Amino acid sequence: MPALLRLDGVHAGYGDLTAVRDVTLAVEAGEIVALVGSNGAGKTTTLRAISGLVPLRRGAVALEGRSIGGLGSAAIAAAGIAHVPEGRQLFPTMTVLENLELGARTPESRARRAETLGRVYELFPRLAERRDQAAGTLSGGEQQMAAIGRALMARPRLLMLDEPSLGLAPVVVASIFADLAAINRAGVTVLLVEQNVLRALRLSHRAYVLENGGITLAGASADLLADERVRRAYLGR
Amino acid sequence: MAVGLTLIFGVMRVVNFAHGDMMVWGMYLAWLLAARAGIDPYASFAVCATVLFALGWGVQRGLVQRIVDAPHEMQILLMLGVALILENLALLLFGPEPVRVRSALGALTWYLGPLYVDVARLVTFVVAVALTLALAAFLRRTDLGRTIRAAADNPYGARVVGIDVPRVYAVAFGIGAACVGAAGALTAPVLPFQPALGLSASVVSFNIVIIGGMGSLLGAFVGGLLVSVAESLGAVFLRPSLKELVSFSLLIVILLLRPAGLFGRRTP
Ligand SMILES: Nc1ncnc2c1ncn2[C@@H]1O[C@H](COP(=O)(O)OP(=O)(O)O)[C@@H](O)[C@H]1O
Ligand SMILES: [Mg+2]
Repeated sequence: MPALLRLDGVHAGYGDLTAVRDVTLAVEAGEIVALVGSNGAGKTTTLRAISGLVPLRRGAVALEGRSIGGLGSAAIAAAGIAHVPEGRQLFPTMTVLENLELGARTPESRARRAETLGRVYELFPRLAERRDQAAGTLSGGEQQMAAIGRALMARPRLLMLDEPSLGLAPVVVASIFADLAAINRAGVTVLLVEQNVLRALRLSHRAYVLENGGITLAGASADLLADERVRRAYLGR
Repeated sequence: MAVGLTLIFGVMRVVNFAHGDMMVWGMYLAWLLAARAGIDPYASFAVCATVLFALGWGVQRGLVQRIVDAPHEMQILLMLGVALILENLALLLFGPEPVRVRSALGALTWYLGPLYVDVARLVTFVVAVALTLALAAFLRRTDLGRTIRAAADNPYGARVVGIDVPRVYAVAFGIGAACVGAAGALTAPVLPFQPALGLSASVVSFNIVIIGGMGSLLGAFVGGLLVSVAESLGAVFLRPSLKELVSFSLLIVILLLRPAGLFGRRTP
């Protein structure tokens, strides 16, 4: 059986810069996989390449064995990949409810929109309270919830998150990570990009370490947490 | 017509200098339909809107799409080029003489006590209000309308959720042009026109959009009312040739008091 998501020798970049080179990785159905690395390592670019938000220079991307490399971002989203981007990227003047509903774009997710919305509100009661408020007026943590909720509205096969902890207070980060664990237990496969390496490794099953655009380490998260190089470079001990 | 410009600018941040010329094409279309097929402009405005929708869609897909991310001065050059082509094509086909479209309503006047109401103008006004309300409802209530607002609010975020942003831009440009086409057909019976009207119409609608606040539909509508009232008062109390002086003074005063326009949000 093919992996849910598979990248083979992926290169991507901007203009003359190749930000990501020769990245090969796989995400199995049901897993939480973390992609960690320091600032500028190419984590965001990798997620953008998977989503079709930057063009693939070389290599292949497949979802359940079906090639999606080179399809546009609209087709890739329709194939079942939902992206919670760096900086949330909500629609600030539109209401929370409108933001969430805009996540449901495929005929299937649209048909079950009310049901999924109920589940999102169950997970994030704060969003239900603020459904008629403009998304731009939410706090950072609430915006992150709205961005995750918007992605869940698509009923994705794969949920990709780019630095959900960025700019949030530690308590808020803890609650978002607990929510991610709950989302995964409910059956959603997760690919998580984080600079908060400790938290990401604690949450995930497996992880890849990205440095200067290439993968340098991979393995079970528990093993990486104990790995000498990881501890020294990312955990500060 | 300022509403159409607002939609185009609000969604794509592209300043459409061909706006007035598109309106003139709407007027000539109404004129052709009246002269050749005997259709009253108050009935043919829907046809004009549809044709202009197609023109707007085509201009967006063929030309504007290539420059949405380009600097403003390049966009202005391109749109001026489109404006010149449209204006000169009209000149070639219809000649420089002013023409006028007759509508059955044109001869009607109602007397309401001391007031007399020109029915044609009243109908033009009522239909314009109805179209603005319909557009606002479309943007608020329909999925496609919300998609347009989302692409206007955050184009990158729109791509992230899988919205086909170039297609949405084409629809928005088409709707903007359709508003102008309808506006052209509706003003054709109350205003004689010629191809050279395009540029001054563009200037007036920019004035309206800036007064109302860039990107605000309500602003465009209120701005339109303010400018037309100011111009009529100016024409009555000063003299008709000074009416633009009044509307541009209004522009300057409003920009001094509210730099983002009446309903504009300050963009970062
Ligand atoms: N929009 C962009 N244009 C040009 N270069 C970019 C852009 N975004 C990122 N980069 C560059 O690509 C490299 C990888 O960046 P990114 O993928 O954002 O890293 P990370 O998410 O791991 O911090 C960096 O050198 C960064 O400067
Ligand atoms: Mg990043």
